[in-house]
Amino acid sequence: MGATGATTAATGPGQGLTWSLRGRGPEDVPVLGDPGPPGGHPTGPATGRGVRVCVVDSGVERDHPLVGEPAASWVVVKDAESGEITVEPTTTGDTCGHGTACAGIIRRTAPECEIHSVRVLGERFSGTGDILMAGLRWAVEQRFDVVNLSLSTTRARFAQELHSLADSAYFARTVIVASAHNTPVESFPWRFASVISVGSHQEDDPALHLYNPEPPVEFFGPGQNVTVPWLGGRTIRTTGNSFATPYVAGLCARLLSAHPRMTAFQLKNALYLSAANVRHEPNAQRPPRPSTAAGDTRDDSED
Amino acid sequence: MTPKTESAPASPLAPATSDTPRNELLQSVVEVARAIFGAAASSVLLLDEETDELVFRAVSGEGQEFLVGRRFPAGRGIAGWVATSGEPMVVDDLSTDPSFDRSLAESTEYVPDSLMAAPLISDSRVLGVLEVLDASPQARSNVRELDLLAMFARQAAAALRVITPEPVAPASAGRALEGAEREDALRLLGSLEQVLRGTG
Repeated sequence: MGATGATTAATGPGQGLTWSLRGRGPEDVPVLGDPGPPGGHPTGPATGRGVRVCVVDSGVERDHPLVGEPAASWVVVKDAESGEITVEPTTTGDTCGHGTACAGIIRRTAPECEIHSVRVLGERFSGTGDILMAGLRWAVEQRFDVVNLSLSTTRARFAQELHSLADSAYFARTVIVASAHNTPVESFPWRFASVISVGSHQEDDPALHLYNPEPPVEFFGPGQNVTVPWLGGRTIRTTGNSFATPYVAGLCARLLSAHPRMTAFQLKNALYLSAANVRHEPNAQRPPRPSTAAGDTRDDSED
Repeated sequence: MTPKTESAPASPLAPATSDTPRNELLQSVVEVARAIFGAAASSVLLLDEETDELVFRAVSGEGQEFLVGRRFPAGRGIAGWVATSGEPMVVDDLSTDPSFDRSLAESTEYVPDSLMAAPLISDSRVLGVLEVLDASPQARSNVRELDLLAMFARQAAAALRVITPEPVAPASAGRALEGAEREDALRLLGSLEQVLRGTG
């Protein structure tokens, strides 16, 4: 299989682009919808089967008993002289353990999903963000159902490009599940509304997720003292938003396996409905709607 | 795989003229970090971008006598992940894992049971990693402690930037900063330690 150059054109408007419904009616744009599971909870048979999940991280160990052989492993490589970035098949596994940990959390949450790995760390010190950018772009182009990104970049120059990429993924039904930074700094892409952003709560329940009524971090998952697979077929315990994110990615895989037509916004809604802190009291007094940037009706069109 | 040991600083962040106050600062950082977390050891590793390595620059506790100056590849292991991702990390139960970070274990001749590591970031630039080895059991493995370490590392990085001017800065600026600013940086760390202990 040929390598995919990360310098390929950005995902542009696809065929059949619909700017408006001139001369067409509802019957011309039928949609077979799927309401998703009641209350947003994935049910027993939803095991992740048939769902392709991509872990963009430090690689995934090739034969860890708690992860299994990844369906495919790739690495983002930057040519030292030309600076060209390519994505190539690899057999190097994991350079650190972190990607294996994420894959293991996804595996135990959605046991039958298909896990792919794209390694964006470990070749050289690559804190510049362009390797991360290339790996994520590649994953979106491959149309994975779920992309787990327990990483972010603080480099503002990548923000616009990441934003466009996150939007492309959202419309193409590739849901990016992204870790919020562990410290309160500005970083991307978790800040964007088109991804599902995850931070860590401090509860011991390994099957608990919460909705954050004060975004930009939208959900919290179990990220404290989590037992995870590590290098050498072993396990360790660890802490961080990094490990809350694959739990939510695994939930998305479970939801999609039972309801493959769910869109990215439906997935987010299912996570919201099933969050432990979201109450459903039909007769509860309706609280005032949270205020928004009222009056901001400016037209953002370029011309 | 024996790590290289060097006699002279190779990092562009380490102009020879400012080594003494910088070393004093780094030693203070690792000692305070070790004290805050009741740890067996703490170390600062700075990134040498030219050689793509992390270099032990200051150590308190286990390894103090022989680790400073040792290097290992910057893209590898937990410290490598922390430096590259810019995210802090805590791992436990390492001593039961024979595959743990061999290059680091060999270089330190000490395999910890737990390791906390946070990036030294100032102005969106990763300068290196602050590690805390075998913190007391009460002082590790939860999000709050991870926040604490990350905050302290951020403070330490800010102090490091103050005390070690950019290489492009005029040489005179480096000398001018040493006196008062060095005092400020060290005082900043001292007061932070008090704050952290108060909330701990």
